[in-house]
Amino acid sequence: MKNTPFTHKHIALGAKMAEFAGYNMPISYSGINDEHAAVRNNAGVFDVSHMGEFILKGPDALDLIQRVTSNDAAKLSNGKAQYSCLPNKEGGIVDDLLVYCIEENKVYMLVVNASNIEKDWNWISSFNNKNVEMHNISDKTCLLAIQGPNATKILQPLTDMDILNLKYYTFAKGKFAGVDNVLVSATGYTGSGGVEIYFEDKADNANKIWDAIFEAGKAQGIKPIGLGARDTLRLEKAFCLYGNDIDDTTSPLEAGLGWVTKFTKDFTAKEIIAKQKQDGVERKLVGFEMVEKGIPRHGYTIKDYSGAEIGVVTSGTQSPTLQKAIGLGYVRTVFSAEGSKIYISVRDKLLEAKVVKVPFA
Amino acid sequence: MNFPDNLRYTKDHEWIKLDGNVATIGITDFAQRELGDIVYVEIETVGKALSAESVFGTVEAVKTVSDLFLPISGTITEVNPALNSAPELVNNDPYGEGWMAKMTVDNVADVEALMTAEAYSAMVS
Repeated sequence: MKNTPFTHKHIALGAKMAEFAGYNMPISYSGINDEHAAVRNNAGVFDVSHMGEFILKGPDALDLIQRVTSNDAAKLSNGKAQYSCLPNKEGGIVDDLLVYCIEENKVYMLVVNASNIEKDWNWISSFNNKNVEMHNISDKTCLLAIQGPNATKILQPLTDMDILNLKYYTFAKGKFAGVDNVLVSATGYTGSGGVEIYFEDKADNANKIWDAIFEAGKAQGIKPIGLGARDTLRLEKAFCLYGNDIDDTTSPLEAGLGWVTKFTKDFTAKEIIAKQKQDGVERKLVGFEMVEKGIPRHGYTIKDYSGAEIGVVTSGTQSPTLQKAIGLGYVRTVFSAEGSKIYISVRDKLLEAKVVKVPFA
Repeated sequence: MNFPDNLRYTKDHEWIKLDGNVATIGITDFAQRELGDIVYVEIETVGKALSAESVFGTVEAVKTVSDLFLPISGTITEVNPALNSAPELVNNDPYGEGWMAKMTVDNVADVEALMTAEAYSAMVS
């Protein structure tokens, strides 16, 4: 099991630790509900250094990115980022990722899921026939997400970069807490605002930045947040989690990721996905809430009133904000309309649920 | 972690307290910590005669779900009604207000065979 540059901090803070994607990660500190509320109402810090970062360089870097991703990276100018997918040849999803434009037409950074680093690297490399310079900088890159309505206000005194006015999906690079070359990006997977910061794991950078953030946020009550609350936060916003809601067998259109699938350019499996768009998909990822008492979990079967199988739950939890049981799951398209009555097979019972609009909260 | 001396414990992380031939049961401090924020306790076995280690209910936390195993043979007679509206009592007070059920026990000597606080504490440490 690998450590991140912050693992010792989590253990010293008394976090409940567990293995995630090969890393020793904090699952929770003060409890999922408490951490969840801290991010929704104030500010919280996530160590997400397990995520992968690739640098792609050279005159053909953009061409390679365009061919392997579904979104249109040609729209990116310096300092902008976009959410995207890596489709596979069957129209499934190799991974979802962020594409950062460091220098237009020259230097890009791809940020991928920890569990997919090797798979993505091999996949993208297999399309690299024009000698784009590729660097896997995952192991030496620290990534902290500071999320919540008060996050940028807390961090602003640590840097000359204008973090307070950083627009969603843009980034800046500069000195932060005395450390050079820190990339501050107005992104995150909580839906509560804030930033993610990337910096090199060298000298005492990791300790310096972690300590500076907690010192700056002390009066405001900033908290460390584990992966447990990261999951409930993203689920309330219906953001897809790779391996749960999307995988090699789900198409971006089924998953509701048509908005990052641009048919104005060529990419892997474009024809297959375009045909799905034209013909309509047979199943769709929907949000639902439980009508009867019970908590949906990944892998539970979804049925219709007669007990016939119509789909599967991909994510589920008790929403800390709504105090309701919510979930995401694939259902046959005829059951995907808002208000559709569906039934979740929870152990030996069929519990009523209804399809609702997302985000949930 | 807290494991009161007047209770007996199981390897499935339940505790039991005997009073005559009626016992109160719940989950241990260790169990509630492992589960995290508890959101729903489901026990629908009231009135059923069950054998030791059979599943008598489930406990749902935000992150996970776990079965509840009966410490000894007997019949559930009552479920803690407070848990319906305040399941977090299990986290806050696992041996007190967060008790889960009461049961009549088939054989009071079965309780003696369970782990003492000392033995349980050694198992989870």
